[in-house]
Amino acid sequence: MDLTELTIRQAHEGLKAKKFSSVDLTKAYLEKIKKSDLNSFLSFDEGWAITQAEAANKKIESGDFGVLCGIPCAIKDAIMVAGQKCTAASKILENYVAPYDATVIKKLKEAGVVILGKTNTDEFTMGSSTENSAFGVTKNPHDKTRVPGGSSGGSAAAVAANEACFTLGTDTGGSIRQPSSFCGVVGLCPTYGAVSRYGLIAHASSLDQIGPITKNVEDAKIVFEVISGKDKMDATSKEYKLEESEVKLKGLKIGVPKEYFAKGINKEVEKIIRGAIKKAEDAGAEIVEISLPSTEFALACYYVIDPSEISANLARFDGIKYGLSAEGKDLLDVYIKSKGHGFGEEVKRRIMIGTYCLSSGYYDAYYKKAQEVRQLIRQDFAKTFKKVDLLFCPVSPFPAFKIGEKADDPMAMYLADIYTIPMKLAGLPGMSIPAGKMGDPASPAGRLPVGLQIIGNHFQENKILSVASQLEKML
Amino acid sequence: MISKEEVNHIAKLARLELTETEVIKMQKDLSAILDYFALLKKAPKPEIVKTEGDLSATRNDQMLSSYDIKAELIGLAPDKKDDYIKVKTIL
Repeated sequence: MDLTELTIRQAHEGLKAKKFSSVDLTKAYLEKIKKSDLNSFLSFDEGWAITQAEAANKKIESGDFGVLCGIPCAIKDAIMVAGQKCTAASKILENYVAPYDATVIKKLKEAGVVILGKTNTDEFTMGSSTENSAFGVTKNPHDKTRVPGGSSGGSAAAVAANEACFTLGTDTGGSIRQPSSFCGVVGLCPTYGAVSRYGLIAHASSLDQIGPITKNVEDAKIVFEVISGKDKMDATSKEYKLEESEVKLKGLKIGVPKEYFAKGINKEVEKIIRGAIKKAEDAGAEIVEISLPSTEFALACYYVIDPSEISANLARFDGIKYGLSAEGKDLLDVYIKSKGHGFGEEVKRRIMIGTYCLSSGYYDAYYKKAQEVRQLIRQDFAKTFKKVDLLFCPVSPFPAFKIGEKADDPMAMYLADIYTIPMKLAGLPGMSIPAGKMGDPASPAGRLPVGLQIIGNHFQENKILSVASQLEKML
Repeated sequence: MISKEEVNHIAKLARLELTETEVIKMQKDLSAILDYFALLKKAPKPEIVKTEGDLSATRNDQMLSSYDIKAELIGLAPDKKDDYIKVKTIL
């Protein structure tokens, strides 16, 4: 038996039945990580992982342990784990050691998990391919010439290649769902406010959200229940208890937004998504074609708001308090040079866009207008959720693309998030589940995974998870 | 296309050093991205002012201590003396 293939539930049952120990599990994953050529991990701490596994073993011996106890996981390197490096895949934080645990880490530690290491991401989680990582791209386990998606590409690839039982990712514009789709795993981006961001290195604070990437839907639910809820350290977090009722596909109204199947979508992707929708219909769901007319403005709206928030959030990396500090003749020179030497191309580009949009004379035309459009998008979704229970659509218009294919064209890269951005602007939860594979004429099953996106109304993760778990048995 | 001067002005506001090559690339990239933003002008005004999902929240203006990790936080500073973070002369 390959221990690394087990889901959280299966591993838990195995631990309970004493078929293997948490140390056995942890060692099996560490072996995989050491042999891997994917570059999904930026760092891992073998000794510490074993220490955590031994502690978990003791808890398991006592008989009083929860479902995550002793389960090896990995954390996106933008989330702080006390005493471990946290680089956000940036040279500016290359040697930064986290002084405290993020709230999600505190909760996972209380649940008894084993943290194997930190996974690769686009620098400061800005990107859709992990090509913006200062420490090299992660390769897609399904085709090593292709990207794993991003920015949580390391986290998605690690789960797909059985290098961790589950991982945490973060989603600002699609960074959990898109890599999950590209790597053929399950990824949940929770409602804005469902999970505390305390200890997450900020990208765009009105959008950032932490969520699980897992092997199946049940595992995503397990992790989500542990990490969600009110935290006094994040004022936007909400008291939240996942509803336990099961929502049946039969009789459920599922909206299919026509704008998500417009020109530009890969024909094979469309076929797979339409096929998944048909299966939901066959199971008794009512499929309603709907329109979200604000969709065409979402990408432009996002790329004003996101860089504007970045330009404020990343001002803190000034070479004084932590991180890379460049030599300079005076204080201002230290600021300017530390940022200039420490930040990569995409981060600089977004700081520049954001600074431009917020600068005198341009604020009304860009930032203020984008906030209005954001409200328009929220309103579109609010109207839609009066008519339907959930929305089904693709996660991405295309499957995993080649490494280097879009690296020199920022607009082409931004377009990769066209289906994941709109609901983020409305703060809604969304999930990617594997819907099929495509792209290899030699193999009828194909090899590149395609994800179905399920979008729900605010704090209706229960509906998404319930329906996803019924669908995953049919797809 | 936005000018070199504009790029340099924005970089100055952002307190960001850019090399000559970066300025030229930035001119091209920023122009393409800002052109795309023109699309926003076509968007209609929203009808509703506030909808569900707007989670703007404030908290009490209350001092909380982070003294338990004071040493770790100061320890991260590139230049320090005792419990103080050192900076270059300001004036």
